[in-house]
Amino acid sequence: MPDSTPIATAERITGGVHVDRRHDSAHKHVTGEAVYIDDIREPAGLLHVYLGLSDRPHAKLLSLDLSKVKSAPGVVRVLTSADIPGTNDVSCMGRHDEPLFADDLIEYAGQPLFAVAAETREQARRAARLAVAEYEDLDPVLTTAKARETGTVVFPPMTLKRGDAAEAIASAPRRLEGRIAIGGQDHFYLEGQIAMAVPGEDDEVLVHSSTQHPSEVQHIVAHVLSIPANAVSIEVRRMGGAFGGKETQANLFAATAALVAKKTGRAAKLRPDRDDDMVITGKRHDFEVDYSVGFDDEGRIKGVDFLFAARCGFAADLSGPVTDRALFHCDNTYFYEAVHAQSLPLKTNTVSNTAFRGFGGPQGMVAAERIIEEIAYAVGKDPLEIRKLNFYGEAGRDVTPYHQTVEDNIAPELVADLEARSDYQARRAAIREHNAKGGYLRKGIALTPVKFGISFTATQYNQAGALVHVYTDGSVHLNHGGTEMGQGLYVKVAQVVAEEFQIDIDKVRITATTTGKVPNTSATAASSGADLNGKAAQVAAHTIKERLIGFAVENWGVPREQVVFLPNRVRIGNQEIPFADLVRTAYMARIQLSSTGFYKTPEIHWDRTAGSGKPFYYFSYGAAAAEVTVDTLTGEYRVDRVDILHDVGKSLNPALDRGQVEGGFVQGMGWLTMEELWWDQRGHLRTHAPSTYKIPACSDRPKIFNVHLLENSPNRKDTIYRSKAVGEPPLMLGMSVLHAISDAVASVAGYQRCPRIDPPATPEKVLAAIEAMLEQVSPP
Amino acid sequence: MRDCVRFLLGDELKEIRNVDPTMTVLDWLRLSERKTGTKEGCAEGDCGACTVVVGRLDGDAIRYEAVNACIRFVATLDGCQVLTVEHLKTADGELHPVQQAMVDCHGSQCGFCTPGFVMSMFALYHNDPSPTPAGIDDALAGNLCRCTGYTPIAAASQRMYELADPASDRFAHARTAIAEGLKALRDDETLRVGEGNRVFYAPATLEAFATLLVENPEARIVSGATDVGLWVTKFQRVLDTVIYTGRVQGYRDITDTGDTLEIGAGATYTDIQAPISALYPDFGELIRRIGGLQVRNVGTIGGNIANGSPIGDSPPALIAIGATLVLRSASGRRSMPIEEFFIDYGKQDRRPDEFVEKVILPKPAPDARFRAYKITKRFDQDISAVCAAFSIRLDNGTVTEARIAFGGMAATPKRAPLAEQALTGRPWTEATVRDAMAALRSDFTPLTDWRASSGYRMTVAANLLMKMYVETTDPDADTRLVGDRRLVHA
Repeated sequence: MPDSTPIATAERITGGVHVDRRHDSAHKHVTGEAVYIDDIREPAGLLHVYLGLSDRPHAKLLSLDLSKVKSAPGVVRVLTSADIPGTNDVSCMGRHDEPLFADDLIEYAGQPLFAVAAETREQARRAARLAVAEYEDLDPVLTTAKARETGTVVFPPMTLKRGDAAEAIASAPRRLEGRIAIGGQDHFYLEGQIAMAVPGEDDEVLVHSSTQHPSEVQHIVAHVLSIPANAVSIEVRRMGGAFGGKETQANLFAATAALVAKKTGRAAKLRPDRDDDMVITGKRHDFEVDYSVGFDDEGRIKGVDFLFAARCGFAADLSGPVTDRALFHCDNTYFYEAVHAQSLPLKTNTVSNTAFRGFGGPQGMVAAERIIEEIAYAVGKDPLEIRKLNFYGEAGRDVTPYHQTVEDNIAPELVADLEARSDYQARRAAIREHNAKGGYLRKGIALTPVKFGISFTATQYNQAGALVHVYTDGSVHLNHGGTEMGQGLYVKVAQVVAEEFQIDIDKVRITATTTGKVPNTSATAASSGADLNGKAAQVAAHTIKERLIGFAVENWGVPREQVVFLPNRVRIGNQEIPFADLVRTAYMARIQLSSTGFYKTPEIHWDRTAGSGKPFYYFSYGAAAAEVTVDTLTGEYRVDRVDILHDVGKSLNPALDRGQVEGGFVQGMGWLTMEELWWDQRGHLRTHAPSTYKIPACSDRPKIFNVHLLENSPNRKDTIYRSKAVGEPPLMLGMSVLHAISDAVASVAGYQRCPRIDPPATPEKVLAAIEAMLEQVSPP
Repeated sequence: MRDCVRFLLGDELKEIRNVDPTMTVLDWLRLSERKTGTKEGCAEGDCGACTVVVGRLDGDAIRYEAVNACIRFVATLDGCQVLTVEHLKTADGELHPVQQAMVDCHGSQCGFCTPGFVMSMFALYHNDPSPTPAGIDDALAGNLCRCTGYTPIAAASQRMYELADPASDRFAHARTAIAEGLKALRDDETLRVGEGNRVFYAPATLEAFATLLVENPEARIVSGATDVGLWVTKFQRVLDTVIYTGRVQGYRDITDTGDTLEIGAGATYTDIQAPISALYPDFGELIRRIGGLQVRNVGTIGGNIANGSPIGDSPPALIAIGATLVLRSASGRRSMPIEEFFIDYGKQDRRPDEFVEKVILPKPAPDARFRAYKITKRFDQDISAVCAAFSIRLDNGTVTEARIAFGGMAATPKRAPLAEQALTGRPWTEATVRDAMAALRSDFTPLTDWRASSGYRMTVAANLLMKMYVETTDPDADTRLVGDRRLVHA
């Protein structure tokens, strides 16, 4: 029995679960020492790669003269679709509709046509501009309106229905219908797309990829190169932000870098500039949602019908699941007695839209909230009253449009709590009084709820793996399939492992995600990272712990219950020994100190064709109350105060969860207010850099910002330490700002009409709404 | 002529010959020095991920300024000190208070923007011992964060002062020595680096500047490079001869002559903000909203004028005020009302051998009312959809003179003669203003683009005139969402 290490007797380990714990890379972030892919010291002879892009949105490519590209200074290799040994496809859904390089058909302006590799990035970038392409233009479909005429979809539409919505609407005492256009959003991760590929022996290649989905990048690279997946390793230590924009969009960049590496035998790095990044990569889908609703005189919804037309771009990408999730969230927190909702994932000659935090859910919820607002103005009530009236409730009012029963509804209590905390009613009264005085600055307030379904709706993605090694000095090596994009997943999972072993978190080494350690992983997406990987890592740690317990029972001849893991030590019978000592002793006895862990979410299932099942393991809830001031002469606005109450179950790490809530709110607010994507008539995106695409800046955050995590609300489901997912749900708290602006605008016409502001509510849109309201009150 | 760029990287003297005239500070740091803490986020000076701090001599003292490394040419660092995120931690690994505050407040998530924020906060820490919340927002307006929503970063920007007094910072202690080091680098020689026809000149005197222009009439004059930098980084334009104005002695001087304020064309937005605010508060607020602080620290009023952009923010205000522009060449000076300088899109009244020397602002007449407004999608660090400046002189309630100028409404910054005519000689009443608003529609035919539609530009331009009317006639009216509202009714 070794006795070298003094026994620690702390009451609690540092960095266990349910405690504030800083991001594991915080020190490296603030010192600039955190290594992103462009910071990795480049292998000797590395080539820099740049992409040549199409100028036309829809055309036949008649010829592509690359002679000037090839003869440009520093150029080593130019590659087109003809140079691809495997499949010319980077599509995530295996639909073969997204070529790495377009060959004969151009489907959006900015589509990659070729790659050029040169000694320096500057040379590659200059050379990429020298191609001469000959096009035969085809009629482009750029807008949703035109796409609706054409009617081509990129993925089969989905329908959800419960009851007879048409009949319920027709027979309802009140009816209305309308359309809301909801804008898209660029991810604007600060670190752009990037990949660096290093060729290995035989057909092997290692790719450092800024991706949320290493396994998919692995498979895409394998298919493009026509090599087995076991020859491809993908590694990602951290991303400089992702937000869904690196769930599938990394494929193209990684495949290109890998192709160059294998073709030249030299390491290759592809980092597009910000403009190309924004042009080449998909965005949040913009939608046009047609709605009709029947309701009673109180404002209770009897029946509702939605058509969710989405501008998906030229390929499917994730548009099927994204538009599905819009339907899954067309109820938000509300019960529809009868509902019919259909998706329309339309094909357009624009970049293929993709995942973005919320994944279609936010668009579904914005449509739901528009209906609430419409009803409120129709019956002359505060929208909050209509919200409460329509919340999911007891049996009979607890089934979603997809036939899943809502078993964990806490929206009514949570909203009531926030209403009280934020002093909503008194402030609303004060605002009405303020606005009654007239003047050009009007105030508005709104309280909006969030319910968000947690699980991938593609059931097979709800699995995760982890790999834990314990070394003989008691230090732990942790690896799992989740990726770190800033959300703090790594530290949360490390907290879980520390908790399981009862060792301080600094004994747990967090390591880069790599396909060679944990295979066949899902994208870190759908807010599922901590739920899935936390559980998988817990299983791995638990397996080792069980072996250690079994060993202790045998070695010291004590009953099992007398082996107890205390902070940094283990009590075995009447003695306590340091964790490391137990480990070392177990090693000497040839106990395996390494384990994989695997987890799959229980209970869930989904039948898309039937539109029925239990796609979500549970729901996350939240609510926000926003107060704004609107300048009715210019349409500008300011967010004066926001109060948030958000449900994260029993938080694994309250400090990080708060960060997700605050950041998600601001990002959602940006989507619905100032962030506007603008394409010209030639199908070129003209807002492709921060000079033209405006995300919220520091001063745009609410002047008063009260953020609270809901307390004493453990997840009713057996999630990792009863926590809840937090990545996506807070984004939709930003809806409160849109509705507060709407409330302020409504004041100019005495709150008689619904302002119907289509997000993004730029100052221009707000002023247009004000002018429309004024015209309605006093026709010119 | 000196053929070597000399500056301090931290406290290490760098002497560089044959540097590419348009090599950016960011590329130099990352590629040549392998200092990869400084990040490229946009390469256009809008996201702040590349923020570094440049210390320069202001008189005999050193002044720290946050700047965007991505669009600053490395040769412009001559005579300066550069600090990057790598310099902040002590040799034994202790975090700087700015860094520690960020860690304590959970100010980083993905971490990519963090070095830039840290450097902006470092500059704030040394420039303002007790910033207001608005001052913090201002200092951070040029740094974008997509993860945190800024709350923890703003909190860290207060917390850093609680951790340690800036005066006790090791960088404060080193200031005198660094200033001495920079003084030793100061000379009157023209700096000349580059090869063949790609040459970077940095003259030290106005005379040398004028002579260089005679010898190199095709040269591109560069000051803050907040636009020219983008030609290089975004459009990959190859600039041949470059003449940098930042070393020209006296070029950024601001002189109060009694009746006027004479502003050297090399004065940065940061330089002019306070003196202009004292005369024309609204103009000061307009300047506060030009770019982020990193842009205002290097962008110059001369550059903003000479560039001739239809959406530059200072020209409309200068036109409304009635400023005079002074051009200089080796053969002398000439002056003109500033609006005459803007001939057409991309065309200004400047001969190749001339440079903008200064701009002369008259002080406000007692009977004058001046207002300026900037309409954007985002209040801070955005480019104007419409920029409006109005100067009205009133005699007993009658408009005796109206000067109305707009940016974003035409191919150049431009006056609104019909609207001015509709006001002049008439009583300053709502009816008169409505007539002027209608007349404005004949003054302009604005474009539709990503910043705004033609219709919105027109409507909001007219409404801003109404806003001014309300502000000058109803002292109780609440009309401003941003800026210092106390100044509105001055």
